[in-house]
Amino acid sequence: MLSDRISHRPLFQFSDQTLHYQGRTVLDRLSLSIVAGERVALVGGSGVGKSTLLKALREQLPDQVAWCPQQPGLVPMLSTFHNIYMGALDNHSLLYNLANLIKPLPAARSAVEPIAKLLGLEQQLFSSTDKLSGGQQQRTSIGRALIQKRAIFLGDEPVANVDEYQGDALLQLICQRHQTVVLALHDIAQALSTCTRIIGLKDGAIVLDAPSNQLQASDLADLYGAS
Amino acid sequence: MSTTHPTNTSASALRNLSLWFAVSALLCLFIIDIDISTTDPWAELGLMTAGALSPSVWSWPTLISSLANTFAFALQGVTFGAIGGFCLALGYRFTLVRAFCAFIRSIHELFWALLFMQVAGLSSLTGLLAIAIPYAGTLAKIYGELFEEVDPAAANNLPRSGRNLSYFFYTVLPLAWRSMASYTSYRVECAIRSSAILGFVGLPTLGFHLETALSDGNYSEAAAFFYALLLLIGSLRLWLHLRLLPVYLIAVFYYLPPQATISWQLLVRFVSEDIVPTPLRGQSLYSGETLNSVGHWFNLLWQQQIWPGLINTLLLGQISLVFTGLLALALLPLNSSLFISRGRFMGRGRLLSGWTRGAGDSILILLRSLPEYLLAFVGLLILGPSMLPAILALGIHNGAIIGHLLGRYTDEINLRVDASRGATLYFYEVLPRIYRQFLAFLFYRWEVILRETAILGILGIATLGFYIDSAFETFRFDVALLLILVSAALNMAVDQFARYLRRRLQLKTTPESL
Repeated sequence: MLSDRISHRPLFQFSDQTLHYQGRTVLDRLSLSIVAGERVALVGGSGVGKSTLLKALREQLPDQVAWCPQQPGLVPMLSTFHNIYMGALDNHSLLYNLANLIKPLPAARSAVEPIAKLLGLEQQLFSSTDKLSGGQQQRTSIGRALIQKRAIFLGDEPVANVDEYQGDALLQLICQRHQTVVLALHDIAQALSTCTRIIGLKDGAIVLDAPSNQLQASDLADLYGAS
Repeated sequence: MSTTHPTNTSASALRNLSLWFAVSALLCLFIIDIDISTTDPWAELGLMTAGALSPSVWSWPTLISSLANTFAFALQGVTFGAIGGFCLALGYRFTLVRAFCAFIRSIHELFWALLFMQVAGLSSLTGLLAIAIPYAGTLAKIYGELFEEVDPAAANNLPRSGRNLSYFFYTVLPLAWRSMASYTSYRVECAIRSSAILGFVGLPTLGFHLETALSDGNYSEAAAFFYALLLLIGSLRLWLHLRLLPVYLIAVFYYLPPQATISWQLLVRFVSEDIVPTPLRGQSLYSGETLNSVGHWFNLLWQQQIWPGLINTLLLGQISLVFTGLLALALLPLNSSLFISRGRFMGRGRLLSGWTRGAGDSILILLRSLPEYLLAFVGLLILGPSMLPAILALGIHNGAIIGHLLGRYTDEINLRVDASRGATLYFYEVLPRIYRQFLAFLFYRWEVILRETAILGILGIATLGFYIDSAFETFRFDVALLLILVSAALNMAVDQFARYLRRRLQLKTTPESL
């Protein structure tokens, strides 16, 4: 079967690799592989290396991942529309992009509008993003990832600034639209309900790696304890 | 037994550097000529004051048309400068582009004008190019640095963290836009000064009539032109809005279309013959005899013009730099709420102090609006030919610019409620906190001061500009070009040195409206 073949070839692979952040060793001698179709949650206390790991994953397949970092890096004076459209700059010529910057073009609008609607941003589509709430900015950032229509989604706390109910819906949306998903999440319940595999990080190493259906919230509590 | 503890403060490095600068300026003072050579400077000053108090317009059409010309050259120059500067800024990460920008801005507007005049005459094209070219170099540097400083998060988060132009227009330009617009509008003010000054070499701007009136001693007439210039600069804020810009642009290009009757024959002659060193003209390049005579030609120039010009430019520049710094430090309280108004008084008191702050800052803005070239010209009339008027002119103009910025900068200082007042406040709380910024501003201004020093030579002070002007007057364009290149090299070298000092002292390196 086709899906079997895909799921056995690793997309991301680390063998005995050490990851650094600003010259400091964050993850020591890391071995890890992630195959297509998996939905992985990275959990662990702050500063444990989730973001560093996500960055390293992105570097392995820069052209295949949709990237949704913790700091959304929006351009505050441009509209939600433009900030979402930015994900698709590579699909168009410079002239088209420039014209669209001055006045939103019909084709670009019909690409962005459905995404904005899914994210509940249709009212704010032509407001600049400095006028949006933190949650709306985060949804704009997800929109920028969605418009890329890529198979892999890498998200660093993509729903940290929205309420739990909305967060669950957004995570569902992300999973529907991407074959493979890797998320850094601090909400254990969300990690267990959204993802198929949980990777727990602590003290510079992977201390837990198991399918989520074999885990309970209490199994993860240890990750956040004193080292 | 006493132990001595070595001084280890962050201030000491800054203090040592300042000391060296001050000592060098003092030494320079001994070498150069700063005598007052007029028999009665007070009488001349009295006449000027009388003139300033009784401005008279002898011809309104002349005043209006020279005002319009001044504005037209300035706006056209900045427009083309901004377009050119923007294109250059796109390639600002390439060393070659940076060097090119440094080169074109190291040659002063007046020198560009003198060069273009030889082929395009006293035409509107000459005026436009003389401003547009050096401004393109300056704006490219500012825009380029602004682009580099934009928060890279926006670009990095995009797929492939692209580096093509689309990404630039979506993630860099919008973030830099506001600073670019405000800096460019400040450059319009500078361009109006430049444009007015171009009148001193013959273009039909305010400076042309100012020079005539001042030289003839018609101080009442000169005052009218002078007030017109101040009014133009002072009122810019009120009517030069971004939205109205297209209207003004259409107006200035309609009023003064950039054109010139260029004789191709003349142009070819100028490029292929006039600016070629005399001993090389019509000679084969590789013969030993030619090389010999070129060596002789250069040697003579070096001894008679380049070396003395260089030395005088450096001496005058050094004194002016230190004088600028001293004036800036003395003037900054005029624009500082720490000294003029603390904003803690009630009712009328606050209103009054707000008003005094406004008045204090207006003095700085007024001093800043005075073109240094004009100041030096007036100074020469009063004090006679020496370096003194040049020092005063450069110090007043540049000191006011830095003082204004520094004063605004002190507003960000949060003082304790029990902080001292007056002079103690200044020396203990304010000066140490702003000193780094002060040096950064001053070093930014260094290159500008030196470029202006060279240009003041046209007024008869024996800096490089003096020899350049004489070469143009005697149609020795080869010498003029060589000297212009020497002055450009000097400016670039000082710019590099200032950059090195700023880095070494970890001064803020972001561009400011200087």
